Amino acid sequence: MKIISCIKPVPDPASRLIINESKTWIKDNDLTFVASEADNYALEEALRLKEKHQGDVAILSMGGDEAARVLRSGLAMGADRAIHLLDPKFKGADEFAAAETLAKAIEKDGGADLVLAGVQSDDLGTGMTGVMLAEFLGYAHATVVIGVEADPAAKTLKVKRELEGGINETVELPFPAVLTIQFGINQPRYASLKGIMAAKKKELKAWSAADLGLSDNLVGKPGAMYEVKEVFVPERKSRVEIITGTAEEAAAKLVEKLRKEAKVI
Amino acid sequence: MAFKGLDFYRIDDLLTDEERIVRDTVRRFVDEQVLPVIDKHFEEGTFPTQLLPRMAEMGLFGANLPEEYGCANMNNIAYGLVMQELERGDSGLRSFVSVQGALVMYPIFAFGSEQQKRHWLPLLARGEKIGCFGLTEPDHGSDPGAMETRARRTDKGWVLNGTKRWITNGTIADVAIIWAKAGEEIRGFIVETDRPGFQAPEIKAKLSLRASVTSDLILDDVEVPEDSLLPETGGLKSPLMCLNQARYGIAWGGIGAAMACYDCALEYTRGRTQFDKPIAQFQLVQDKLAHMLTEITKAQLVAWRLGKLKDEGKLHFAQVSMAKRNNVWVGLETARLARDLMGANGITLEYPVFRHMCNLESVYTYEGTDHIHTLILGEYITGLPAYK
Repeated sequence: MKIISCIKPVPDPASRLIINESKTWIKDNDLTFVASEADNYALEEALRLKEKHQGDVAILSMGGDEAARVLRSGLAMGADRAIHLLDPKFKGADEFAAAETLAKAIEKDGGADLVLAGVQSDDLGTGMTGVMLAEFLGYAHATVVIGVEADPAAKTLKVKRELEGGINETVELPFPAVLTIQFGINQPRYASLKGIMAAKKKELKAWSAADLGLSDNLVGKPGAMYEVKEVFVPERKSRVEIITGTAEEAAAKLVEKLRKEAKVI
Repeated sequence: MAFKGLDFYRIDDLLTDEERIVRDTVRRFVDEQVLPVIDKHFEEGTFPTQLLPRMAEMGLFGANLPEEYGCANMNNIAYGLVMQELERGDSGLRSFVSVQGALVMYPIFAFGSEQQKRHWLPLLARGEKIGCFGLTEPDHGSDPGAMETRARRTDKGWVLNGTKRWITNGTIADVAIIWAKAGEEIRGFIVETDRPGFQAPEIKAKLSLRASVTSDLILDDVEVPEDSLLPETGGLKSPLMCLNQARYGIAWGGIGAAMACYDCALEYTRGRTQFDKPIAQFQLVQDKLAHMLTEITKAQLVAWRLGKLKDEGKLHFAQVSMAKRNNVWVGLETARLARDLMGANGITLEYPVFRHMCNLESVYTYEGTDHIHTLILGEYITGLPAYK
């Protein structure tokens, strides 16, 4: 089974985020980047599938040094090899441009039986890249996946998905497929110190836009379908109202307000 | 929330990717596996043995020893960062790893026969065997050269007699490295703890390192075969070489405890309001926070440079003494100040500072007391040994 697991580098959630001067993004020069959390679950799932069915797990990430760093961590966890999409032209990509770039890289690598990605990223959290990636590749896909059973001989997958309201569903997909993996599907392993040492010797190759045969208008900012006009810290609004009276009176008033004003019951 | 680290001087820029991955991996392990359970173990006076299989799987035991013996062959910076992060969890856990790696695996590696190395090191690295180190005695702490434990040669091997005290892991150990005088010379022995005549009662009622097992070792005519002797040991220098390894790790550990206390005090003082403002806004509080940050940053630089010297083979033991003495002091100073800033809340187990403070009182004393390290530096400076 050939599996490619996608990893997005995101600012460490413990960082103090400051909006940049042009108010279009955060100041990210001095931030520490880590793998987006859901992508760790995806990689763990990829490694478990490999341990069960044999095969090859490659990891794929786009960005500068921060991407190389999350790829090295992924190799330390147990991935076999890494592909680093490294080109200043990739900067400013939205989900659409990122998905097209990732898709080209997967095609250049000879495609895969299974492509995994986190259900959403820790920074933007739109949950779109995985789905768009499937579309660019022409692969089947399933989102919000909480369980994966693969049958490499039959080239099929049985996948459990989480729906709204506590309902799950099981779907079957053919290879090749893209799955976006839900948080908590597994417990991501700790890299062993030996694994960290071994990672140094594993393949980590870098591909540019030219390597992927992508013209400048398809990657990074020019390839994006939308532009961030402004980022801002949400204004804090809170209204406190003390309801007076006996417990019975106050409860009745509270229910009234919840029903008519807040419209939550 | 995950610990975000403390790096005022961008020391991270000096670390390799591997070193950072090691640090972050152990940091996550401590956040997820250690911190949720450590208070309970400290309160109940028990060691969290359930964590050992995972620590072994991660390769934390003897991490800087060679791969051919089942170890990770990490450099000394990475090894130090492991110790730092473990002690951010609890000194007891770091002590376990220090003893297993630096005081049991290291002497077997440094002084053992090839056969001893091949037999013991992989077992200890995998955590299938737990080790302890018997040097200190009830009446001989800072002056181990005056030890009373004796090894007597027999037809079949050796007979050991004596008592050791303050032995980390003693009661739970499968194997002990015992230092004893054979004639006038100090030699090291690998002693399985199930041998007749070997007892290891636990020292109870400790108010420090409560999540760690501390024991007496009583050797009453313990017979061991000839091949229990570590052949390359000879004189006090041998155990002191082991202690030097452990002291190196402790120099990093002190930073971990200090970071935990600083982080806790900072968060607390920013959130605690008195006289209508956060107490972090008061000059007296800021003075203490500034002092803590300064000392922790200095300790980080000392440890990093010490690691580089060790990797380059240029390390002098007096440099290790300076780092152990300074960095454990920084840990204790930070813990005490953090407790102060947190008022009554600082004394509870709800926060880590008092636990660290209690632990560090032991760390201040073990592996060479603060006084002894001062005298080692004194001798280095003047050429005049105060203890001779």
